[in-house]
Amino acid sequence: MAKELMKGNVAIAEAAVRAGLNAYFGYPITPQTELLEYLSARMPELGRTFLQAESELGAVNMVYGAACTGARVMSSSSSPGTSLMMEGISYIAGTELPVVIVDVMRGGPGLGNIAPAQADYNQIVHGGGHGDYHPIVLAPANIQEAIDLTYGAFDLAEKYRSIVVILADGSLGQMMEPAELPEMKEAIMRTPDWATYGSAGRERRFLSSIYLDPPQQEKTNFRLERRWQEIKAKEVQYKEYFLDDAEYAVVGFGTSGRIALSAVRAARAKGIKIGLFRPVSLAPYPEKELYELSKRLKGLLVVEMNAGQMLEDVLNITRSQIPVEFYGRMGGILPMPEEIEAEIDRMVNESAASDGHPRDRWLARFGKMN
Amino acid sequence: MQKEIIIAGFGGQGVLFAGQLLTYAAMDQGLQVTWIPSYGPEMRGGTANCTVVISDDEIGSPMVSRPTAVIAMNLPSLDKYEDKVKDGGVLVVNQSMVDREVKRTDIKVATVPANSIAEELGDKRMTNMVLLGALLANLDILPVEAVEKALRDHLPERHHKLLPMNKEAMQRGGTYVAAAISA
Repeated sequence: MAKELMKGNVAIAEAAVRAGLNAYFGYPITPQTELLEYLSARMPELGRTFLQAESELGAVNMVYGAACTGARVMSSSSSPGTSLMMEGISYIAGTELPVVIVDVMRGGPGLGNIAPAQADYNQIVHGGGHGDYHPIVLAPANIQEAIDLTYGAFDLAEKYRSIVVILADGSLGQMMEPAELPEMKEAIMRTPDWATYGSAGRERRFLSSIYLDPPQQEKTNFRLERRWQEIKAKEVQYKEYFLDDAEYAVVGFGTSGRIALSAVRAARAKGIKIGLFRPVSLAPYPEKELYELSKRLKGLLVVEMNAGQMLEDVLNITRSQIPVEFYGRMGGILPMPEEIEAEIDRMVNESAASDGHPRDRWLARFGKMN
Repeated sequence: MQKEIIIAGFGGQGVLFAGQLLTYAAMDQGLQVTWIPSYGPEMRGGTANCTVVISDDEIGSPMVSRPTAVIAMNLPSLDKYEDKVKDGGVLVVNQSMVDREVKRTDIKVATVPANSIAEELGDKRMTNMVLLGALLANLDILPVEAVEKALRDHLPERHHKLLPMNKEAMQRGGTYVAAAISA
């Protein structure tokens, strides 16, 4: 199929449509609104359900209800809106329902601004809603990847009765890039043995996140954890660039990962043996792969559009085996390739710091800027 | 090969569309390309810009601090981007909206009275196309025919009566070839 030029938000929306999205419920918020706007025309045109709810709370609970019936469902939002959805997300996790949620992150905390950020890594990857649950979290770095991950997200959600979050940021939502769209599927309405789509002729089913009897709740918790172990073993995704002969590596996801690629290329051009490790699935995180990689490197530079959230996971995974440095921009500001290149130079040319936390060293270097 | 172009001006001058046209043309030529706009409240009546990166390899950052080329459609854009053009790069200036000389001597500068030319052609909305023509004449990135084709293929049918005027606008802009860098 020929490539088309698409804005990230529209590309994600059309990929969901082509994946057989049956019903969409959402509430507008910049920089994600084009996704909802596009579906408001596209879904009715195909005879499928589009509903703009009265709020994000309404939207997430409509998704919750629709998912119970076996329909392919999705919602989308941006940081403050996603925060509002957290209660519903926890209920969906507790009821073990397949749901896809797109979060196009923006600057925060609070109302923040509408510029791109990655400061919701902890919220999305490590929970956000209450209780023990693990969503699958996928972080595209370009529009083709956003399409492919969204298209596959529904199968993944249904396979594990899990939430899948597509975690993007404002720049990916707003930018355009040529990409190829996948094959169109009809709207999908499944009839798995747990779904509630009318019980005529069989015993009625009940879906809920309530387990008033603690042992029953614990049994469910164990089931979720065992399922998560299986997801961790089977669903890891990551991309490697120039790592074959690398002595150093940058670790970055999504937009900061793709920006780091430019810095890595520039450093390579100067003769520095450096590569890029870009996790695509943030949950499950490519732990084993990063650990193995770290064993043969002299240093790692973690780059994020936040104050070092994934950094904690990287430190945990690499177990202080090698020096780790951190560079972050916050508040809706993108790191520029030259800034990352300067940090690569510093890591390679200066003797590795052996004291303190990488975030503290970063803050000591840049915290006085403002 | 990688080239980065920033097109900047007031909202309403056709900054974003000119960038998209380049992007379509690059895509049709089988190249990798990204287009990223400034977005947000500043676009309403304020300044607007977009960055287009064209490459034959996977594109890393869609944003650049030192672009290969800049089209400055007004004075604030010239002030903001003049110093940022890469050494040996190209700066296309809309002379109609700028009341000062360009200071840089280490880049190719094409100064184009684009508003006047567009008005001569009969439609001031052609300003962006005049400047795009000047860019293509000074930056070895895409043949002007590729952009004309992109316009034909991606402009809604109802606007196709404007195609000849767009073509002429680009040709007029294309006559403004910068002097070789002397420094």
